[in-house]
Amino acid sequence: MDFTLTSDQEALQEAVRKLCEGRFPMERVRALADVGGVDRALWRELADAGVFSLRLSENKGGAALGMAEAALVFEELGRALVPGPLVWTHLAAGLVPGAAEGETVVGGLARQEEPFLVEYPDAIDVLVAVDDDGLWEVDRSRLSARPVSWPLDPLTPVHVAGGLLRGERRGVPGDASRWRLEGTVLTAAFLLGMAAVLTELSVDYAKDRQQFDRPIGAFQAIKHLLADMFVRTEVARSAVYAAAVNLDQPAMGPPTRAVSGAKLLAGEAATINAKTATQVHGGMGFTWEVDVHLYLKRGWMLDTVFGTGDMHADTVAALLDG
Amino acid sequence: MDLLWSEDDERFRAELRAWMADALPRLPAESTREDWQARRHRDTTWQRMLHDAGYAGINWPVEFGGRGASLSEQLVFYEEITNAGAPNVGVNFVGLLHAGPTLIAEASDEQRSKHLPAILKGDEVWCQGFSEPSAGSDLASLRTRAVRDGDDYVITGQKIWTSFAQVSDYCELLVRTDPEAPKHKGITWLILPMDTPGVDVRPLKTVLGSSEFSELYLDEVRVPAVNRVGGENDGWRVAMVTFSFERGTSLVSEMVEARRQLDELVKVAKVVGRGRGTAWDDTGLRREIGHAAAELDALWNLVKRTVSEAARTGVPGVGASVVKLYYTELIQRLGDLAMRVLDRASLSLDDVYDHSGHFVEERLRVLALTIAAGSSQIQRNIIGERILGLPR
Repeated sequence: MDFTLTSDQEALQEAVRKLCEGRFPMERVRALADVGGVDRALWRELADAGVFSLRLSENKGGAALGMAEAALVFEELGRALVPGPLVWTHLAAGLVPGAAEGETVVGGLARQEEPFLVEYPDAIDVLVAVDDDGLWEVDRSRLSARPVSWPLDPLTPVHVAGGLLRGERRGVPGDASRWRLEGTVLTAAFLLGMAAVLTELSVDYAKDRQQFDRPIGAFQAIKHLLADMFVRTEVARSAVYAAAVNLDQPAMGPPTRAVSGAKLLAGEAATINAKTATQVHGGMGFTWEVDVHLYLKRGWMLDTVFGTGDMHADTVAALLDG
Repeated sequence: MDLLWSEDDERFRAELRAWMADALPRLPAESTREDWQARRHRDTTWQRMLHDAGYAGINWPVEFGGRGASLSEQLVFYEEITNAGAPNVGVNFVGLLHAGPTLIAEASDEQRSKHLPAILKGDEVWCQGFSEPSAGSDLASLRTRAVRDGDDYVITGQKIWTSFAQVSDYCELLVRTDPEAPKHKGITWLILPMDTPGVDVRPLKTVLGSSEFSELYLDEVRVPAVNRVGGENDGWRVAMVTFSFERGTSLVSEMVEARRQLDELVKVAKVVGRGRGTAWDDTGLRREIGHAAAELDALWNLVKRTVSEAARTGVPGVGASVVKLYYTELIQRLGDLAMRVLDRASLSLDDVYDHSGHFVEERLRVLALTIAAGSSQIQRNIIGERILGLPR
């Protein structure tokens, strides 16, 4: 038992953070709203860094790494708020041709989640639907989809699809349940990164912003909000890392309880931290100019993906002994 | 990141389990809450048994008679003894987890050899004389005076919230030796034998209706200067050496127990009638129980992260304050949740359903946790200022 990052894991984290700081500064992330959320050249750079392929074996062009490493990578992507169907394309690597290399952008959704809102409709090449029977590649040309002119998250454009055809089989039920577990953890990791950045943004603002001749962070009313943001993030971090490690180490036992706990707590950490950040930023927190609302909206959006907090709490409850 | 226990850890677990299966039946029966002599007898008997089997002072260095166990073995130890229903440290709390480690870090060889083996064997019970009626969160403002008179200090003042005072042999006492100095600079750490003339222990009745705590009235109590640990006026630093320890490690067995209680709560919820079914059929309650379980799981993993970081760096990380703050507030929410499961059975500390009285009592007991050992508000200040670097 050693629940700390290895030096390789720290190096990976550092490398992805540098990549994101260089390629995805917030001005560029904001500009991606104008191109449907995905810039092909940047997408290929993510692929070259191994974002999609890192868990594939070396003879398939991957790095044979595990979910723990993938979670660290997605935490960094979440810190930078990188848009696009990152989780789906990562899951599809090795299954959908071109996904691992960044040539094919793969989107996805869960079939039982009506109404069907297809994310990044103009950016994706392939749409995969997950249900209890397996994985299905859905023919997008036969979807009757209505564009949404004003999506909640400006960085997550959506179409409303009238119905979802069965499509062509891409995986068996076992693949579907593996995708659900892995997709849930990667989404949770992304949310964790968001929660951490929101704490840092708010702490920096509270040290800088002066009212009543003091930095507002000196007031306990603000200080305690910030302390709670930090605590929430660290609790969620423990849950997310443990769930990822549980998927890598099957000897720990069935992973479902840990995976659901991770998504539940990371989702809350991101959304509650984003609301707290809005409050700490005062009037500026309500403006389009300050980045906090982009995190808040992505947090709300991701809370609906791979199971809501309520659904995951119910899953944990159902697994309790007694 | 590796969450599997090592072979050594698993061997240690198996050995401990086998020993407990043999040892626990030999333990004196649990006494009533207010029979303090019987409680001391049971807790110190258990301590003696641990000592004879080589498990005493699980976290103490070997050179001071401890087990010197690795941090992961310590987690295994707390997991196993708690899950087996063995006594927690009980009246040995201050000796094992606070005064003992302070003596190890700061005391003279004579002081160590007099007290450390006795604490490990269960021969000495210690209590803590830190807080005062007007020095709680602001502990450094304490006013109990110690005046040097020849080879003695003469002490007059009042302490409060002293656990197990009525059955203690020694007290780790903070006194003011220099009233002119800045408040942190005029404090001294003394070993007070509880049978010294002038020491008056007055039990304090808590919301539980029992006397976990006492007030300590000190009236011209003479303590030899050789009982001082560390320098005169250096007591604040001496006391702080083990404070972060109290925040972190001492909650570990509480947390293991909470995980066990959560499983018990599910069992009770399946028995308590609600409408045409049971409380467990209530979707809202079930969802909140699932939520609390996820939080407890995460917190246990945070303990593992904190312990792993400490093992790697030698410094207790930021985890201690985070765990203390989050756990104590979570366990109170869990207490309220248990009462919503029990509904009218929450009016009785006697069992109405199997185990129900325990939940009612726990709901009251845990009210103290967000206040003791650094209130939640103080923890948030610590996190804000020391971790996040916010201005004071």
